[in-house]
Amino acid sequence: MKIILEEQIVNEVSRLCIEACTYINKDVLAKLNTHYENEQGLSKTIIGQIIENDNLAKEENIPMCQDTGICVVFVELGNEVYIKGDLNRAINEGVSKGYTEGYLRKSVVRSPLRRINTNNNTPAIIHIETTLGDNLKITVCPKGAGSENMSQVKMLTPAQGRKGIIDFILKVVKEAGGRACPPLIVGVGIGGNIEKCAEIAKKALLRDLNDVSEDEDARLLEEELLTKINELNIGPMGLGGKPTALSVKVNLFPCHIASLPVCVNLQCHASRHKEVIL
Amino acid sequence: MKIFFPEDKDKLRLIKAGDVVEFYGTIYTARDAAHQRLQEMLDKKSELPVDFSSSFIYYAGPTPTKPGKVIGSIGPTTSSRMDSYAKMMKELNVIGTIGKGPRDEFCSSFYKDNHILYFVTTGGCGALLSKAVVEAEEIAFLDLGPESIKRLKVEGFKMICAIDYMGNDIFGGK
Repeated sequence: MKIILEEQIVNEVSRLCIEACTYINKDVLAKLNTHYENEQGLSKTIIGQIIENDNLAKEENIPMCQDTGICVVFVELGNEVYIKGDLNRAINEGVSKGYTEGYLRKSVVRSPLRRINTNNNTPAIIHIETTLGDNLKITVCPKGAGSENMSQVKMLTPAQGRKGIIDFILKVVKEAGGRACPPLIVGVGIGGNIEKCAEIAKKALLRDLNDVSEDEDARLLEEELLTKINELNIGPMGLGGKPTALSVKVNLFPCHIASLPVCVNLQCHASRHKEVIL
Repeated sequence: MKIFFPEDKDKLRLIKAGDVVEFYGTIYTARDAAHQRLQEMLDKKSELPVDFSSSFIYYAGPTPTKPGKVIGSIGPTTSSRMDSYAKMMKELNVIGTIGKGPRDEFCSSFYKDNHILYFVTTGGCGALLSKAVVEAEEIAFLDLGPESIKRLKVEGFKMICAIDYMGNDIFGGK
C-alpha cells in the first residue's frame, strides 16, 4: 500500500497547471515546424507567429495563450494507493494554487446563469478511473473555450454508418472555420452513449500526435479524415492554406445496437496537457 | 504597413482586406460581459464609463500581469460571440474591432454599410502579442476581472485586416 498525502497532490496539480499553460508539447511544435516549411503567404506568416509565440512563452515563462482554460483532470487511481485526505479537494486546491501563483487567467464562473467569476479557476472537471497497482496518475489539461465552443455531439443511426460519421466531422470542422483557432487537433469519440463518446473524444486529445490507433478501422478513419479536413482550405486562423488540422485522433467504444453516437472535440494548436505518476 | 493612430486616421480607408498592419496607438479591451453591460447601460441611457468614439475595441481578456511586466498574455478571443453587438459598435461610434475568426452575415454587412473595420490577430499567440503592449490601464468594470475594460497603448501590434472600409471580407462573409 502506497500512502499519498493530500498536500503532494495539491503541489503536483499546481505545477502541472503552470507547466501545461507555459510549455508547448514537442509533438505539436514539430508538426507546426513541418507545416511552416511547406506553407506560403498568410498561412506561413501565421504558423511562423505561432511558433515564435510558443518559443517566447517557454523562454519568458509566460502563458502561451491568455485563455488558460477550464481545467480538465484525468485521474487513474491504483487499488494499492491510499490517499490521506480528499482527492477531489486536493485537485481543486492544486488548480487554485497553480492559477493564482502562476498568474494564469481565472476563466470559470460559479453559475452559468448568474456568471460570477470564482476567482480561482475552480471547480476543475475531474474524471477518476480505478486501476490495479500502486500508481496514482494525474493528467491536467487546461482547455480553452474557443475550440471547445465549436465542438459537437451527434447521435447518428447505424444506417448512417462510416459515411455519416465522416460527413458529420467535416461539417463540424467547416462550421468552426477560423473560430476554433486552427490548425486544430481533432478528437473524435465514436460509440458508447452521449456522455461516453464525449469522454473518449476528450481523451483522444491527450494522445501523442505521432501515435497511431491500434484499431485498424480507427486508424484508417484517422488517415482519411486528416486528408479530407486538410482539403477544406480553411487553414491557419481560417485564412486559407493546407494545415486546418495537425492530427485527427479517433477513439472507439462499444455501443447499443440502435446507436451510433459521435463526438467531435476540437482542440486548438495550444494543445495543453501534462501528466505525473505518483 | 505601419499605422500610427490617430495620426494616420485618413489612411484607414486605404487598408485592404488581407493586408498585414503594424498598429501604433490606443485600443480598448472589451469582451462578452463588458459588451453585455455596455448594452444594458445604453438601453437604460446611463452614462458610459468610457468614450469609445473614434477608437478600436479589442476582444481580449489577458492573463494577470506578473510583477514587473506591463500586461499578461493577451491574444484575441472569438469575435463571432460579439456579432450580435454590431449595432452597438455604431452607437458607440467605434472605428473598428479586433479579434479572431469570421463574423456572421449580418455583422459583416452591417460593418460594410457603416464603414466599421474588422481586424484579426493570431489566436493562441497571447505571449507574442503582449510584447507590443507598452502601457496598460484597467479603466472600467473592474469587478469583471479578466473581462474588465482596459486601455492599452500598443506599438507594432500585428493584425490582419479582415473587413476593410469598402466592406471586402477576407472570410467571404462566412
